[in-house]
Amino acid sequence: MKLKTLVWREIFERRNQLATSFLAIFLGITAIVAIKNITFYSEKAVARELDALGANILVLPKAASVQDYYSADMQTDELPEEYVTRLSMSDIEGLDNLSPKLSTRVETEGRSLTLTGILPKSEFQSKSAWAGAGIFTRPAEGCGEVADVPGVFKPTVKETLVRKRVIEDLAPDEALIGADVAALRGLKEGDSLALLGHTFKVTAVLPQTGTVDDSRVFAHLHTVQSLLDKGSVINAIEVVGCCQEISAGLVEKINKLLPDAKVVTVTQVVDTQVRTNGMMARLSTIFLAIIALVGGASIANYMYANVFERRREIGTLMALGAGSTMILKMFLLKGLLLGLAGGVGGYVLGTLLAVTFGPRLAGITVMPMPILIVWAIGISVGIALLASCLPARNAARLDPCATFQEI
Amino acid sequence: MLRMEGVSKNYNHRSAAVTALSDANVAVDRGDYVSVVGPSGCGKSTLLLMLGGMLSPTRGRVLFDDESLYDLSPDQRAAIRKKHIGFVFQTFNLVPYLTAMENVQIPLLLAGVDEQTQTQRAEELLARVGLGDRLDHKPSELSVGQQQRVALARVLANDPAIILADEPTGNLDPDTGTQVLSFLDELNAEGRTVVMVTHDPQAAARAKRTLHLVDGAIVSGE
Ligand SMILES: Nc1ncnc2c1ncn2[C@@H]1O[C@H](COP(=O)(O)OP(=O)(O)O)[C@@H](O)[C@H]1O
Ligand SMILES: [Mg+2]
Repeated sequence: MKLKTLVWREIFERRNQLATSFLAIFLGITAIVAIKNITFYSEKAVARELDALGANILVLPKAASVQDYYSADMQTDELPEEYVTRLSMSDIEGLDNLSPKLSTRVETEGRSLTLTGILPKSEFQSKSAWAGAGIFTRPAEGCGEVADVPGVFKPTVKETLVRKRVIEDLAPDEALIGADVAALRGLKEGDSLALLGHTFKVTAVLPQTGTVDDSRVFAHLHTVQSLLDKGSVINAIEVVGCCQEISAGLVEKINKLLPDAKVVTVTQVVDTQVRTNGMMARLSTIFLAIIALVGGASIANYMYANVFERRREIGTLMALGAGSTMILKMFLLKGLLLGLAGGVGGYVLGTLLAVTFGPRLAGITVMPMPILIVWAIGISVGIALLASCLPARNAARLDPCATFQEI
Repeated sequence: MLRMEGVSKNYNHRSAAVTALSDANVAVDRGDYVSVVGPSGCGKSTLLLMLGGMLSPTRGRVLFDDESLYDLSPDQRAAIRKKHIGFVFQTFNLVPYLTAMENVQIPLLLAGVDEQTQTQRAEELLARVGLGDRLDHKPSELSVGQQQRVALARVLANDPAIILADEPTGNLDPDTGTQVLSFLDELNAEGRTVVMVTHDPQAAARAKRTLHLVDGAIVSGE
């Protein structure tokens, strides 16, 4: 028999008494792990949205409310398509790319997807070239444009659409489909897809992005307009603006040019998400303080009661020759086991909750984070040991014979 | 081997001092078999606990092999108990959540004996007290007589030279009591020193000599 066996036996013999303080630390760690895990991936998602994607300004109808960048065009209000031409032919400097969009929800085969009409770059270019002015006559390496990843690969159609939200060419009956749409319907390049009575040819399956773009079908703007019978309208224009120009009042200039539209920067859009993340970070600090207090107090309270209940047993062990170190170890080991169980259990449940509810709460994909188990165990064991210190010392200092004479 | 020199013990009971033992002088030699008798509350348990290094006297010295026990630290006294002294209690004091085997293993665990030796020795000892078939029983699954025998096996685990028993038969029926007493006789015959507190004259008569206590004073047998 080892000391560990003895401690273990005692825990199992009286596990009901232990339940409350175990739950306190276990649930506390669960909450921290879940919050940390979701926050980490949410921050990462924001960073990805800000860095990896092209557009940094959105032109939206006045009444539109923006929850996030990707679904900015998912609303019923509309803008005239003519705004695109106005923008592209204006003398506003610092506009590098324009991407008008018209989106609609389509229910087919019991599933809903988003059909988004986009305008290929080739069409502005012909217009602006005809006008002899506008944004695309300037040198290609615009200052606000996202640089391509250096390497041997020339960016493909898919990459330019996903990363820059711009496409060079798109025929009226062609469609590009998001990864989820492709997976759900078993579609691949070259297949055909019927939507709203029109048959599209799938020219590309877009790589997974982890955003609502995964369940979109991109087609030519004018095809979507005619399918919807709406005339020349759009829901949003995504603009790649030059950073210096944005700080120099680009947004105000666009606003002046298009007084009936709402012009926002993507930073404003992700601002709510950044603030949510900040709140989550503060929340996890508060949680930490709460479990340190509640969990610690609960464990300390339990440990004191446990020492009192076992004073006879402690006296017996002392009569058999156990020194104070032995008794101290016995209770600290119990605290350690409690902390370990709370840490590991909290990590497992917290991760499970984060992975399950992260997508629903924050709209992001959450993966388990192994590093958090180190934190979970560290915090949990730290609290449990601290809380067990004084009770354990009390036990070690018990007067052995006083424990017998009460009978 | 064990000696008390002018030992007194006062308890503070609700701020009034209770004298449990006054000016006791006792000498117990190696291989001795001493019984301590007297009416309830006369200080028998107090005397035994002080002999075993569990309770510090108010005055006087307790010597174990010429070493003053209460001039040592509590942990040093615990180390002496671990090596040389075995306690048998009226209420057995088995650890309730451990099996008979594990209870007997406790002193071996404290002595740092390896697990294989622990198991082997615990099995031998339980077989010796006639409980070879009750190894995995918890105290609550044993009769009181069996529990006291587990306690006896536990006392023997570290092969102590001195056995201090406080009314070892107090909770037992006469037959089982007799068994336990003959076991103590046997241990003394092996050369161990036995001090047994009892209020049963027949039990006391088995010892080589008897100390009579009345109101905290040793009246005969010194
Ligand atoms: N912890 C204690 N606090 C106060 N008084 C005590 C304590 N232990 C024993 N006594 C008193 O000391 C006296 C002797 O007790 P004890 O040695 O247990 O007697 P015995 O074992 O002979 O019955 C009794 O009067 C008892 O009430
Ligand atoms: Mg007594």
